[in-house]
Order: sequence, then structure tokens, then C-alpha cells
Amino acid sequence: MFGKLTLDALPLHVPIVMGTLAVVAVLGLALVIAITKYGKWGYLWREWITSVDHKRLGVMYIILAQVMMLRGFADAIMMRTQLAVATNGAEGYLPPEHYDQIFTAHGVIMIIFMAMPFMIGLMNIVLPLQIGARDVAFPFLNNLSFWLAVAGALLVNISLAVGEFAKTGWVAYPPLSGINYSPGSGVDYYIWALQISGIGTTLTGVNFIATVLKMRAPGMKLMQMPIFTWACTWANILIVASFPILTGALAMLTLDRYLGFHFFTNDLGGNAMMYINLFWAWGHPEVYILVLPAFGIFSEVISTFSGKRLFGYTSMVVASGAISILGFIVWLHHFFTMGSSADVNAFFGVTTMIIAVPTGVKLFNWLFTMYKGRVQFKPPVLWTLGFMVTFTIGGMTGVLLSVPGADYVLHNSLFLIAHFHNTILGGAVFGYMAGFAYWFPKAMGYKLDEKWGKRAFWFWQIGFYVAFMPLYVLGFLGMTRRMNHTDNPDWNMWLYIACAGAFIIGLGVVSQLIQLYVSYRDREKNRDVTGDPWNGHTLEWSTMSPPQFYNFAKDPVVSDIDAFTDMKEKGTAYQRPEKYEPIHMPCNTGAGFIMGMLLTVFGFAFVWHIWWLVVITLLGTIATFIKRCYDTDVDYYVQPDEIENIENAHLAAVQSTLKA
Amino acid sequence: MSTSVMNHDAHGHEHHDSGSTTLFGFWLYLMTDCLLFASVFATYAVLFMNTAGGPSGHDIFELDYVLIETFALLFSSITYGFAMIGAQRGNQRATLLWLAVTFVLGAVFIGMEVNEFSHLIHEGFGPQRSAFLTAFFSLVGMHGLHVTAGLIWMAVLMLEVKKRGLKPRTVTRVGCLSLFWHFLDVVWICVFTVVYLMGAVS
Amino acid sequence: MSQHEQANHGHDHGVKPYVIGFILAVILTVIPFWLVMDGVLSKGATLWTIVIMAVVQIAVHLKYFLHLSFTTEDGRLNSFTFLFSALIIVLVVGLSVWIIYASNAMMMG
Repeated sequence: MFGKLTLDALPLHVPIVMGTLAVVAVLGLALVIAITKYGKWGYLWREWITSVDHKRLGVMYIILAQVMMLRGFADAIMMRTQLAVATNGAEGYLPPEHYDQIFTAHGVIMIIFMAMPFMIGLMNIVLPLQIGARDVAFPFLNNLSFWLAVAGALLVNISLAVGEFAKTGWVAYPPLSGINYSPGSGVDYYIWALQISGIGTTLTGVNFIATVLKMRAPGMKLMQMPIFTWACTWANILIVASFPILTGALAMLTLDRYLGFHFFTNDLGGNAMMYINLFWAWGHPEVYILVLPAFGIFSEVISTFSGKRLFGYTSMVVASGAISILGFIVWLHHFFTMGSSADVNAFFGVTTMIIAVPTGVKLFNWLFTMYKGRVQFKPPVLWTLGFMVTFTIGGMTGVLLSVPGADYVLHNSLFLIAHFHNTILGGAVFGYMAGFAYWFPKAMGYKLDEKWGKRAFWFWQIGFYVAFMPLYVLGFLGMTRRMNHTDNPDWNMWLYIACAGAFIIGLGVVSQLIQLYVSYRDREKNRDVTGDPWNGHTLEWSTMSPPQFYNFAKDPVVSDIDAFTDMKEKGTAYQRPEKYEPIHMPCNTGAGFIMGMLLTVFGFAFVWHIWWLVVITLLGTIATFIKRCYDTDVDYYVQPDEIENIENAHLAAVQSTLKA
Repeated sequence: MSTSVMNHDAHGHEHHDSGSTTLFGFWLYLMTDCLLFASVFATYAVLFMNTAGGPSGHDIFELDYVLIETFALLFSSITYGFAMIGAQRGNQRATLLWLAVTFVLGAVFIGMEVNEFSHLIHEGFGPQRSAFLTAFFSLVGMHGLHVTAGLIWMAVLMLEVKKRGLKPRTVTRVGCLSLFWHFLDVVWICVFTVVYLMGAVS
Repeated sequence: MSQHEQANHGHDHGVKPYVIGFILAVILTVIPFWLVMDGVLSKGATLWTIVIMAVVQIAVHLKYFLHLSFTTEDGRLNSFTFLFSALIIVLVVGLSVWIIYASNAMMMG
């Protein structure tokens, strides 16, 4: 009846997990009671859960990312404290089988369920506005993608309460992740969490490429798209080209584990190296998927807050393209030590080094954008400057690792851990933080508190160096990654420092939470009345904050890269059209949510071999999809008088501010 | 509601052409599918020699059988083409007729493939036997699963055409399935060449 | 069905491309099967021929069944999307095979 699922799957004997679950249960219950008390269930369902509005979905993506960041960060703190106390042969407080789940969960969560939703959330909010579109090409699909991401995140978190998570590291290499060496439920949770959310990501990529190529405002040529949109477009191209490879690799691992196939097994001709190869053929483009949109954010921020046009727009677009294509021919550098031939290692070493060139071009472009500009040191700019220094260091250690000979020494040491946190944290995450601060007023209607924003930045920035620079040293001292406890007095000091760094970053996280609270408390004072708080360059700033649900009453006509600056200079911004036309809008739908939840249960049932439930939920998902496809009531028209009311209010607010 | 919306779309110049966006979006999805197949092809290419003492392709492939399968699929491609033309010309009867013929041909293909698989498994040459057979069953089976999905879609689509007639939204869907169906034929060219023909040669 | 609704769904290509495509596809299928089944050519020559035939047949399908073209805007979009995917496929499949075969060779040696 319940497959492999028994009461033993509950972690009743692990106090840390039980404590966490108790806290989650209490918080969850409090949330449910609060929503019920204020009668917000209907509002949540109608306005958010079923919403196909890209701006709402973007906000929900970012909420998902931030919740998961707390989870992933808790994992990080636990690992660093474990390593700080488990020195000189002490065991520490986390037994190996628990510790192994934590580092796996930390990697999976931070990449797949924190960074990806954060990036996709910002893209959702901003990209359609930047190209002057009313929504994405396939609004229902967008909603579905979001709920598939949630389904994956739910599975990772369910694994905390029922069964276990993978103990394999976030890459889940076979044969370790094969059924012989990982017979438990952990790898299966890993597989289904990644598989379901990965399909959602693929759909997002398809959706946004179609949006960008088919729905730009009249007059906007490809080479006039805002730079963030371009960066996201390259990222989406990479998503569409690389995520299917992950889908394939995971499907093969699934067949090995569930049906006794021999793709990656040790016996009967399987080849585990092929999994590693396919995993990184996805995994390397994946890091560019994370970082390219961040580059786009830095470009927007630095240009806006320097009061200048972006230096070298064309070279920026071309450099992103070069990074994207090159990103597909470097993946072997993740496993030089697999021991392929010298030719192979040399080829991939050289291509990896070449990738530093377009990235360097970008850095110089940002520097030249600031040159002779009036740079305002607001939090988004601080994150950008912090990025420029931190990412450069990460890039240089990356070039070092791209030398196969050096990689043989440093592979899987803490040097590598320091390197990729240097690039992903200092590159991608700093970018999302900058974008969060930059576009927050657009999404929510009020600015973030600057004082707490700056505090958060400095704690993060200083904490980052204190936490990760020691790892470079530890790498050189020979400490490998994924160790549960150590017995080398030379390492102790550095482990203590790194632990302190993690807590300084923790202060940054706390500052961000306080910032959210303070900003919400003072929202009337910080309100963005005009919709253009930073004297922005691109079309998203021509809308209200938060934008009208239809985005643009009339399609903007574009003739410049900095379309909104162009309009403001020509005096055509904020013009009232003679008459408003009805606007065609998609209806909200619960189908995406239902499918997401059914697939969560599907994944859970698959993990525990509850086959009847697998069949029911799969059929239910397909039926929901078909039903949705044959719905006829999928869109409606907004009438001109309603549009006129909304637009008049906006224009009046703009006029009164401009006069004052 | 949807009719009025669609008609309006065709008139309204401020709107993007939603039919063409859907077709393009579907084409993009097919490209992702292409890459999925490519990764399984790559895996097949590195595993096909690993027979682990079991049979090789040369031992188990029956090319005359595969040729008939191939022709079922090839015929279904041109009959789907006729269904597409029927739909574009608003001829409901022709569309349904050709879709039905295509369905039968697709079903023949799937039936033959299931038969081939069950024979192999019966002889003890199932996918658990060796890495080569794992890769063979997975690659060919994945194509078969796609064709099966296409058949289910075709059945649902025939119902829609019959009940609702050839409204623009329905014609767009006939167009999407057309892309899907012809795309599967392209994948099959790679399958019969790389798996069956090359396997039989060496 | 009125004219402008037609415009939503691409061109009506007519029967002709399907018939041409079908005839070419039949030829390009029969020849490689015949070559392999009857073993007319040497092994190397057979392999090269069937690969070339497959590539040509894919092109035939793309042109006559999937209507890829460089003449209309939609056609160009689809064609370039396909060409980009083909590039990535060549890179991923080609490099993967190279990597694994090279490491297999290292293990044999």
C-alpha cells in the first residue's frame, strides 16, 4: 500500500531535525491561522496562486528564493560550526550520515532553489516591462513553471521530515548514487526534485525566448533591447540548450536505480564517466545561466547610477554571446582528474582560459561607464562594486584552476570551494542583491531602507572575505572538501576564521530581514509615486510602481536602446493618448498550481515506490493539462474606461511630482 | 469567447500574431527535445560496444522488420501532411480522415516496436542484460514514448476537430502536432541509421 | 474560413512539397537499407554512405515536411533556431564521444 514507506522513515531519533521540524510546524501553523483570521485565503488564491501575471509570479519566485536561502544558509552555518568544533580528532555534533545530507542539500538548494528562482524572479518582473510587452508569450506556462519549481523545493524539504536526502554531494555521481551504494530514499528525492523543477526551468527558457523574439514593442530592434534583457536572453538560450541534458542524465540514473539498467553501473558495461560528462555538459552552462543575468543587472545599475549610457553596449551583447557559446565547450574542466588524454585536457584548459577574455571585456565596460560619471553610492551600486572586486578574484583563481596540471593538485580541495563561492556568490548572488534593491520599488511600490541595505552589504562583503579567503589557504594546505572532521593542527586557525566569517554573513542576512521589516513599516515615507525613482533609462520605469496589471496602456514605440531616457529627452514620456483601446488579457488559472501539487505527490510516491499513487497523480496531471488546453474561457478584455482611470491617476501623480 | 478573441486578434494590429507565437514556442520546445535525444544518442555512442558478453546489434537486429517500421512512419508523415493541408483549407472531413490514417500508421509502428521489444526481452536480451541493451532500449524506447504521446495527442485533437470544427486555435494545434510528428520522423532517421544500420554493419 | 484567419497559421504549402519530400525520403531510406542488407560496398564505404544519406534525408524532411526556409521571417527564425541547436548538438555529442573514447583509450593503454 505505501511501498517502501514505513514509520522508520521519520527522523524521530535525530533531535536537530525534530527541532527544525517543530519550528517549521509552529511557523506554518501561525501562518495558516493568520491567513484564516484575516480571511485572506480567497485573496491568495485569486490574486497570487492562480495568477498568470509575470510580475506577481516574479514576486513569488523571489519569495521562494529567499525562503530557500534561509534553509541553505542554515545548512552552511551548521557545516562551518561543525568543522570549527570537530578539529583535533573531535567528532563534532553532526554525525557523518547527517553531515553528508547537509552539504548535498546546501549545494542543491543554493543552486537550484535559491539562485535559479531569484534570477528567474527578477527576469519575470523586469524583462516583459523592458521590452514593452503586456505579458510573456505563454502566461499559463509561466505559472506552471513556477509551481514546478515549488514542487521541487517541496520535495527537498519533505526529505527532511520523511526519509533522508542524498548523501552524495550535489552532483550525485554514480556509482555512489547508484542503487548499490545509495539504497535509501535520498538520491530519489534528489532526482525528482531536480527533474520536476528542471522541466519547469526549461519551459521558462522557451517562454522567455519566444517573448523576446515575438513580443517586443513596435520599433525595438534586437540590438536595441535593454542590456538586462539581452543578458537574460542569452541565459534562456543556455537553459533551452542545456537543461534537456540534465533531464536526460537524471532519467538515465533513474532507470539505473529503479529498473536495474546499466548506464552508469560498475558491472555489465556501464560507464559512470558518462554521467559525470553529461552532468557537467549541463552544469557548466548552468553557471553562466546564473551569472549572465547578474552581469545584465550590474550593467543596468552602473549605467543608471552613473547617470550615463552604458559604455560598449554592442561589445557587451557580443561578449555575453561569446560566453554562452564558449560555455558549451569547457565543461571537462570540472573533471580533468578523470584522466582523459592530454589532448582532451589541453583543449578544455585552453577554451576555459579563453572565456576570461569576454568576461574581462565586460569589466572594462563597467569601469568605463563609471568613468567621469556621477556615481551615487546607493546599495545597488555597492553590491556592484563589491562584485567587481570579488568576482575578479574568483575569475583569476578560475584561470588558475583551468591549467590541468594545477587542477590535479587543487581538484576537490577547499581551494575549489573558495573559487566557486567567489564566482557564484560574488558574481551571481551579489548581482541578484543589486537587482533586488534596484527593482524593489518597481515591484512593491516603495523603496528599500538604505541604511539597513548598506549594513547588509558590508556584513556580506566583509563576511564573504573572512569566510572564504581561509578556504583558499586550506586548499593549499591540502584540506579536501566534504570532510566531516579534521585532525590537523595547521588547519584549525583557518577553520575558526571561516566559521566567524559565516556568522558575519549571518549578520548580513539578519540585516536584510530587518531591512525588509523597516522598509515595510516606513512604506508610506518611501513610496515611489512616479514609478521612476532612479531616473531610469529603460521602459520598466515608465510604468507605475507597482506597474498596472496590463503594463502599458498603449504599446510604447521605441527608437533607442535607452528607450525611456530617449522619451524623456524628446518630451514624449508620460503622454496621454487621445483614446484608449481595449486590452486583451489572459485569465488566471488554477491548473498550474494543481499540476505542481500533483507532481509533488507524484515525486513523493516515486521516491517511496507507491505505484498506484504514481499512476493516479501522473494521469491527474495529464488530465489537468488537457482540460486546461481545451478551456475556452482563457482571456478577457480590459475596457477603456477602466484603463483611463488607472492611467489618469498615474499621470496626475507624475505631474504633481514633476512640479514639486 | 475564444472565437471573438481570435477574430479580434486577426484584426488588431497592435497585437502579436498569437498563432505564429505558439508555433514558434512549440518549435523551441522541439529543440529542447532534440537536445534530450542528442544526450541519449551520445550515451548510446559510448555504450554500444559494451555488450558484456551479451548480444551485439549485429546479432539481434532484423533489418527487413525495421524497414517496414520505417515505412509505416514515413507514410504517416505524408498522410499527416495531407491532414495539415485539409486543416489549412478548412476541410474538416479531410482533416479527420487523414488524421485517422496517420493514427493507424503510427499505431502500427508502435505495435511493431512493442513486438520487437517483447521478443528481445523474452529471449533474455532485456535492457538489464548489458549496457548496450540498456542504451538500445532507452533510445529506441524514448522515441517510441514520444510517438505514443503523439498518438494520444492526435486522438484528443481529432475529438476537438470533430466537436469544435477548424477554428484558428484548433488549426494552430494541428500545426503544432504536425511539427511534432515530422520531428519524430527526423529523429527516427537518426535512430535507424545510427542504431540499426550501423549496428548491423559492425 | 476568411483570409486573415489563414494568415495566423503559416502558408498553405499545398500537396507538392509533401509528395516531393516523400519520394526523396523513400529513395534515401531504401538505398542505405539495401546497402547494408546486401553488403554491396566495403564496410567503410557503407558507413560513410549511410551517414551522408541520413544527413541528406534530414535536410529533405526539414525542407519539405517542416517547411524550414530562409525566405519568410518566421521561417528564418525557425531555421536559425534549428541551426543553433544543431551546433550545440554537434558540440555536445562530438566532444562527449571524444572525451569518453579518449579516456577509454587511456585505460586500455
